[in-house]
Amino acid sequence: MIRRGSLLWFARHELRLSWRDTLSVMTGGRRGREKKVAIGVLVFLGILHVVAWCALGRVGALAIAGDLSTRLAVTVGIGLALSAMLSQAMESVTRTFYSRSDLELILSSPAHANRLFAVRLAAIALSVSTMSLLLMGPFINVLIFEGGAKWFGAYGVIVAVAFTATAIGAMLTVALFHLIGPKRTRLAAQIAAAVIGGVFVIGLQLAALFSTGTMSRAAVLKSHFVLSHVPALDSVWWLPARAALGDASALEHVLFAGTLLLLVAILAFAPRFGQYAVAASSITHRPQKPKVVRAFKVEPTSVALRHKELLLLIRDPWLMSQSLMQLLYLLPPAALLCRSFSAQGSARMVLVPVLIMAAGQLAGGLAWLTISGEDAPDLVQTAPVSRAQLWRAKIEAVLECVAVVFAPFLAGLLFLAPELALIATAGIAASAASAAAIQFWFRAQAKRSQFRRRHTSSRIATFSEAFSSITWAAAGAIAAAGSWFASIVALIALGIVAGTRMLSPARTQAA
Amino acid sequence: MTANTGVPALQIRGLCKSFDRPAVDLLDLSVRAGEFYMLLGPNGAGKTTTLRMVAGLLQPDEGRISVFGINVRSEPERAKQIIGWLSDEPMIYDKLTPFEYLEFVSGLWNVENHIAEVRARHLIHWLGLEKHAHERCEGFSRGMKQKVALAGALVHEPKLIILDEPLTGLDAGSARLVKTVLAERVKNGATVIMTTHILEIAERMADRIGVISGGKLVAEGTLEQLRARAGQGDSTLEEIFLAIVEEAAA
Repeated sequence: MIRRGSLLWFARHELRLSWRDTLSVMTGGRRGREKKVAIGVLVFLGILHVVAWCALGRVGALAIAGDLSTRLAVTVGIGLALSAMLSQAMESVTRTFYSRSDLELILSSPAHANRLFAVRLAAIALSVSTMSLLLMGPFINVLIFEGGAKWFGAYGVIVAVAFTATAIGAMLTVALFHLIGPKRTRLAAQIAAAVIGGVFVIGLQLAALFSTGTMSRAAVLKSHFVLSHVPALDSVWWLPARAALGDASALEHVLFAGTLLLLVAILAFAPRFGQYAVAASSITHRPQKPKVVRAFKVEPTSVALRHKELLLLIRDPWLMSQSLMQLLYLLPPAALLCRSFSAQGSARMVLVPVLIMAAGQLAGGLAWLTISGEDAPDLVQTAPVSRAQLWRAKIEAVLECVAVVFAPFLAGLLFLAPELALIATAGIAASAASAAAIQFWFRAQAKRSQFRRRHTSSRIATFSEAFSSITWAAAGAIAAAGSWFASIVALIALGIVAGTRMLSPARTQAA
Repeated sequence: MTANTGVPALQIRGLCKSFDRPAVDLLDLSVRAGEFYMLLGPNGAGKTTTLRMVAGLLQPDEGRISVFGINVRSEPERAKQIIGWLSDEPMIYDKLTPFEYLEFVSGLWNVENHIAEVRARHLIHWLGLEKHAHERCEGFSRGMKQKVALAGALVHEPKLIILDEPLTGLDAGSARLVKTVLAERVKNGATVIMTTHILEIAERMADRIGVISGGKLVAEGTLEQLRARAGQGDSTLEEIFLAIVEEAAA
């Protein structure tokens, strides 16, 4: 019998909540889909194993010499994992502060709230570890199969890195809380989390770009310059890499350090989480008065709808950061574009697929916000506006935003290589239109604040949106290379969009 | 405002809507132009479903709805032009100011700029929102948000105002203000159909009261007519309502 209010009791409570939450996310909140989801997860893991086999099959077979270049590559891989895990941990810690779901109940009860917060921090570490193991497990399995049992150490390293990421995530969020206050921390932490998640990859690509002129991460890691500036082989910096490469003693050290960091974070921060949560829930919005009060102006219906969508997006920094975060990945191509002004080469061709892909992703997010994320659905539905007019205005708002974001890139490209600019424009238009159409066919009523969970409402829409963007990007890349094969790939992209239309709820209901 | 023209403000014939079970079951209802009609009923009786179908937010399974003679199903845009809808949950945009919200709503209903501006300023003044007209709604209390939503429902001067429990969660001052605004609209010729669980309000404000139970209209009339129907001389509306609902359930 577990004593009420004890750590174990809270742990059981948390475990039940997080299991049900995970299940709800996986099933999109629909009952009776558990079996399908389980099959889907297994298929996904199978596909990941195939991908891992294609990517690492030969690497695993190599005898790991543990030379500087290998250790650097493994350390960079661990760094990438750490940045992704840190991003996830910061998001979770922020949510713990700001979610009011049960905090008022817990804090108003005579139970020791610090035990709950200790459990919640541990649960974050567990969830970060589980997610990472799920995604990286197939790659490690391939390495074990090809390279032997020594690669089992990589599993331990992932757990240690997840613990470390959770500890650092909690520390950073608490530091933000103290530095800028509870009101600004939420947004700042979420933006920081997203930036941390992407900045490592982007930084590495930029470094590679300026050192070798391509966007390959591997090139920079093997360069003489980098290898001559990294720590010596016996440095403690290589401990995680040595652990991942099968050094049992290094693994012990890494696991010990990760666990210790997590325990220190729990002991240091759990007792204060209650205060932070209370501070976060006491936030009041100070009225924001405009500097100049403008005249009242009624616009025609379609303009009013577009204007409203743009205003709502611009005024919501969190949504803006979430939807525009993908554009961070445009930084390397932007740098490549700048570089191309001074140097000739085929590298600029890389721009075309990157731009097309980013346009699809951005349009998908914006389309969800305008079509499904309507905060006043009753208002727009009771307005004397035809549905066609309503949808047209919303989709126009999305495409306008996409056009504004990508116009500078296209203008730059037009100056460098008009034919590539033409291909990129066509690809961006096709990719954005496809993503918007998919979101339109799979529209659902939701709050804008549910943006982060938009992918759970329809897996078909999520995957179709991603596949159509990828396929349009591939078509763009092939066209940029001057091959007519691009038209076949473009037809495949159209096929994906048409297939998605066939599977959409509106179509199914009509049938 | 349009006064009584002889055409019913709302006419419902044989309306049906089922979800897991029938929510509205062959409902017939007629509301005269220029009256304050209160729709009462226990939870789950079908009040909200009925009103949402009238406002065009739900498609009926069967039946006919006409607003001032306009068929809601065949001419939805024409019907919506003269309807104002307000639900118990104020649906406004947190990132817009009341001023901007009214601009947007006026755009949706295609109200001329100079007319919309006069109405918007008047409503903002009337509802006591002047001080907050240029502040974003995100920091507003529920009562203030409901007032903004009410202003939005009235800015196009609808001939038929439909309100689904508009006083839920409002403080006494805000509730009084909303009631005053509605009474004023009816005085000027508009028709108001409202649902509420606060029976004193129905007793004081309604010209006629309809009671729905199990998706059907089980009683209708003035307070006096309902008293007579229930056979309870001096009883309050609460007593009459409970008696009618009990009788309908039996």
